[in-house]
Amino acid sequence: MRTHHLPIQGATCQGCANKIRTALGAVPGADEIQVDLDGQEVTVRGDARPEALTRALAESGYGVEPAPESESESESESEDSDSTQSGGGDIQLSITGATCASCVRSIETALGGVPGVREASMNLADHSARVSGQAAPRDLIRAVESAGYGASVVDDPHRADQQREAREQAHYRQLLRHTGYGLGVGAPLMLWGLLGGSMTVQPGTASQAAWLAVGLITLAVLAVPGRPFFVGAWKALRHHNANMDTLIALGTGTAWLYSMVVVLAPGLVPEAARHVYFEASAMIIGLISLGLALEVRARGKTSAAVKRLLDLRAKTARVLRDGGEQDIPVEQVVAGDRVRVRPGEKIAVDGEVEEGSSRLDESMLTGEPMPVAKGPGDSVAAGTLNEGGTLIYRATRVGADTALAQIIELVKKAQGTKPPIGRLADQVSAVFVPTIMLIAVAAALVWFNVGPQPPFSHMMVAATTVLIIACPCALGLATPMSVMVGVGKAAEYGILIRQGEALQTAADLDTVVLDKTGTITEGRPALTRVLAVDGETEEEVLTLAASLEAGSEHPLARAIMTAAEERGLSPRSVSDFQALNGKGVSARLDGATLRLGNRRWLEQQDVTLALEDQAAGLSKDAATPLFLARDDRVIGVLGVADRIKDDAADAIRRLRERGLRVIMITGDIQASADAIARQAGVDEVLAEVLPEDKAREVKRLQGDGAKVAMVGDGINDAPALAQADVGFAIGTGTDVAIESAAITLMSGSLHGVADAMAISRATLGNIKQNLFGAFVYNSLGVPVAAGLLYPFTGWLLSPVIAGAAMSLSSVTVVSNANRLRFFKPGKHRADQERSRAAV
Amino acid sequence: MNWLINLSGLALMALIVWWFWLSGAGKTRRATHGTVDIVVDDGVYEPAVIESNAGEPLSLRFERRDASPCAEQVVFHGLDVSEYLPVGETTTVTLTPEQPGTYRFTCQMNMYQGKLIVH
Repeated sequence: MRTHHLPIQGATCQGCANKIRTALGAVPGADEIQVDLDGQEVTVRGDARPEALTRALAESGYGVEPAPESESESESESEDSDSTQSGGGDIQLSITGATCASCVRSIETALGGVPGVREASMNLADHSARVSGQAAPRDLIRAVESAGYGASVVDDPHRADQQREAREQAHYRQLLRHTGYGLGVGAPLMLWGLLGGSMTVQPGTASQAAWLAVGLITLAVLAVPGRPFFVGAWKALRHHNANMDTLIALGTGTAWLYSMVVVLAPGLVPEAARHVYFEASAMIIGLISLGLALEVRARGKTSAAVKRLLDLRAKTARVLRDGGEQDIPVEQVVAGDRVRVRPGEKIAVDGEVEEGSSRLDESMLTGEPMPVAKGPGDSVAAGTLNEGGTLIYRATRVGADTALAQIIELVKKAQGTKPPIGRLADQVSAVFVPTIMLIAVAAALVWFNVGPQPPFSHMMVAATTVLIIACPCALGLATPMSVMVGVGKAAEYGILIRQGEALQTAADLDTVVLDKTGTITEGRPALTRVLAVDGETEEEVLTLAASLEAGSEHPLARAIMTAAEERGLSPRSVSDFQALNGKGVSARLDGATLRLGNRRWLEQQDVTLALEDQAAGLSKDAATPLFLARDDRVIGVLGVADRIKDDAADAIRRLRERGLRVIMITGDIQASADAIARQAGVDEVLAEVLPEDKAREVKRLQGDGAKVAMVGDGINDAPALAQADVGFAIGTGTDVAIESAAITLMSGSLHGVADAMAISRATLGNIKQNLFGAFVYNSLGVPVAAGLLYPFTGWLLSPVIAGAAMSLSSVTVVSNANRLRFFKPGKHRADQERSRAAV
Repeated sequence: MNWLINLSGLALMALIVWWFWLSGAGKTRRATHGTVDIVVDDGVYEPAVIESNAGEPLSLRFERRDASPCAEQVVFHGLDVSEYLPVGETTTVTLTPEQPGTYRFTCQMNMYQGKLIVH
C-alpha cells in the first residue's frame, strides 16, 4: 500500500473533483482517492503505478505538466496558500511600498533577475506587477522584498472565491455545532428547572456532587463552543477595547462563577440564594451561536448582488491563437486576443466585435432588459450573454480592467460607505460596551442596597441579564446592512452608486436638472429636412453639403453624411477645406466657395440669406437649421435634429409624479430647446447656457434652497455634476468609471433617475426602521434587564430570555435589510419585462 | 461588609472607565517603509494604533483570520476608504492621509477598533 500525492490544476468545483475521481478510479490499483480542491492536490492510496496515475490525470484535463520548478512552486503554494500558477502563464503580484516611478524600475529589475522570468512589468497606478514566465511566486516575492518593497500574489479570483465560500460554510457549520452543544447541555437543565426540579444546592447531599458534575460539563461548554467569546474578550481587554465578545464572556462567566461558588462553598452564600445558573451559561452560548449562524446565513443574502455580479464572470474563453482554437482560463486572456463566443455563452472579456453578428443580453450590467444587436465594430462587455449567433471579438480590456470588474469593485466599495444618518449609531456603538458594563455593575449595586432578599442571586441575575441583552450588533449592523442591500439592489437595475452618502441625499431631492443632448435626446443628430431655393434640387443641396462635411468629425456632419449615403448620393471632392469651431465649414468646389453653417456666421460673411421662414419653422420643430451658401448666396437649408429617447417622456412624467421639479438645460437656442421641452414634458427650460455655465445654473438653483440632482453625460457636464447635490452620469452601455458623478446610470435611460431615487428612499426608510428598532431594543431591553419593572410588577428577566432576545435582535436587523431585496422601484419595469417576454 | 461590596462595585466602575476610556490604548506601530501588517483576529486589530506622516502613502496589510462576519470589512472614518477583507487572506489597503489628525478605523459594526494617527 503506497500513497501518492499528485498536483492538479484547474479543478475548481465538486464536478471537477468527481471527474478526477472517476479518471483515477479507473487506474488498476488505485484504492482510495481524495481530491483537495483548496490545495489543488489529489492523494491516491493503493498499489497503482505513478505513471499510470499521472497519465490518467493528464487525460482528465486536470493534470499538471511537470515543470522544472514545480518542486519549489508547490512548496511555496502550501506555505503561502496563495498562488496559482503551476505551468507558466502570468503571475499577478500586489506590490506595496512603491511610491514613485523610480521604484517601478527597481522592482521590474528585481523581478527580471529571478530565474525563469520572461517579462515583468509593474503598474504603479494599481500597485501591481505582472510577471510572465516560469518563476515560482515565492522567489518573486523574495526578490521584491530584497529590493525594499512588499509583495504578495494576487489569487486566481475564481479559486479564491471558492475557498472563501468554503471557509464561510465551515464557519457556519461550526456555529451550528456550537449551538448544538450549548443547547444540548442547557435545554435539559432548563427543562429540569421548569418541571419543578430543584435548582438549589443542599450542602453535604448528593445534589452537591451532581451539581459539581453539571458545573464541569458547563465549563466544557464555555471552553469549547464558548471559546471564541472568551479569547476575543481577553484580547480586546488587553487592547483597552471591549466588544460583543466581552459582554457575552462576562455574562456567561459571571453566571458560571457564581454557580460554582454556590456548589463548592455553599456556606458563603445565604441559604435562599443557593441557586445555580449553569443552564443560563450553556443556553446563552447556544443561543448566541445560533444567532450568529443565522446572521451568517442572512448576510450571505445581503451580499447576493455582488455575488450575482461575480457569477457573471466567465471562467474560460475560447481563444483563437496560432491558427487554432483553445479554451483557456479567462485570466490568461490578454488584450489583443481574438475570442470566439457561441450562442448561449457569456462574453469573457471586454472587446470589439470583428466578425459575426448577434444579440447580447446586457441586462445584468445595464438593467436594460432588451437584447442589443451587435456587429463588427461594436463593443462587447464581459459578463453579458450572447443570445443569437456566433461572434468573434478582439479583447480590449481584460482582468480587473473590464467594465464588469470595475462595477464589482465600485459596488463593493460603495457598500462599505455610510450615509450620514448612520453616524449617531456609530458614535453610540463606539462607547457602547463599556457603558453597558458600567450599567451592569451599577444595577448590581442597586439590587444589593435596595433589592429584596437574597441580594446576591438578584445582583447576579440583573448584571448578567444586562450584559447579555445589550446588543451592540443591532446598532452597528443597522446602517451597513441596508446600505449593502440598497447599493446591491441599485446595481441590479444598472445604477451604480458611488457613496452611501448619495443614497441619503438622493432620497430627498426636489429638483432635477436634465442636460438635453445625450440625456433627454439620443445624442445622435439625424437629418430631418432638406430645403432648396428655386433652381436647385434637394439632391444637389444634400450632395454639396455632404461634399463639404466629408472631412469633418462633427456629429452634425455625420448626420448629413449618413443621410446622403441613404439616398445613394456620393460626395464630390473639395479643396481648401476649413472647419470653424461653432460656426461652420467652408471649402472650394468647381471654382465656387461653399459654406455650410449657422445663420449668424453666414451673415457675418455677407452672404445673402434665403429660406428664412422655413428655417424658423425648423427651429420650432427642435431641428437645427444649417444654411448652405454658394459664394455669396444661400442655396439651401438642412434641418438636423436630435430625437428624444423613446422612454424619456415617460421617465420625466414619473419624476414629476414624485413631486420633483424637472428642468432641462441646454446650449441650444430657445426655440429648439422649447420644442424638445414640449416633447419631453419638462417643467422649465434653461436654454442658451454655455457648457461652462451649467455648474453656475445648478449653484443658482441651490442658492434658492433647492436640492438639486444634475443628470448629464459625465464628461462635458462634469463640473455641473460635481456641483449638484447628487450627480447622475448617464453612461452609454458600460461606461463605469465616471468619477464626477455620485451615481452612474448604465442603461442610458432616464428611468434610472427615478429608480435610483425610489431605491434611495426605500433604503433610507429601511435604515431608519433598523436604527429605530436597534435604539428602542437597547433602550428598553437594558433597563428591563436591570430590573426596572421589578418594583412595579415583580418582573426580572431571566438571562436565558436575554440571550434569546439578543440573538434575535441582530437577526431581525439583518432580515429587515434583506426585505429590501424584494423592493421594486417602479411599475414601468414590469411593463418592460412583459414586452421583453413578448419578443 | 456592605460598604466593602459597595466600595468594590464603585472601584470596578472606576476601573472600567479608566481602562477603556482614559488610559492610553494599545501598542503603537510606526509605519516603516509605509507598510504595516495588521492581524485581524479575535475581535482586535493587532497592532491597533498606527502612526504615520501626512502626505505619505501608507500600505496597510490586513490579514483576516477571524471568520465571523463582523470582521468582514474595514472602514476608515473620515478618509472615505473601506475595504473587504476576505477570510484567510491578506488584503492591502493603500491610502495617503493628507491632513494630520486621528482617524478611527473599525469594522462596519465598530467592534474592531483601531486608530490611525497622522502627524
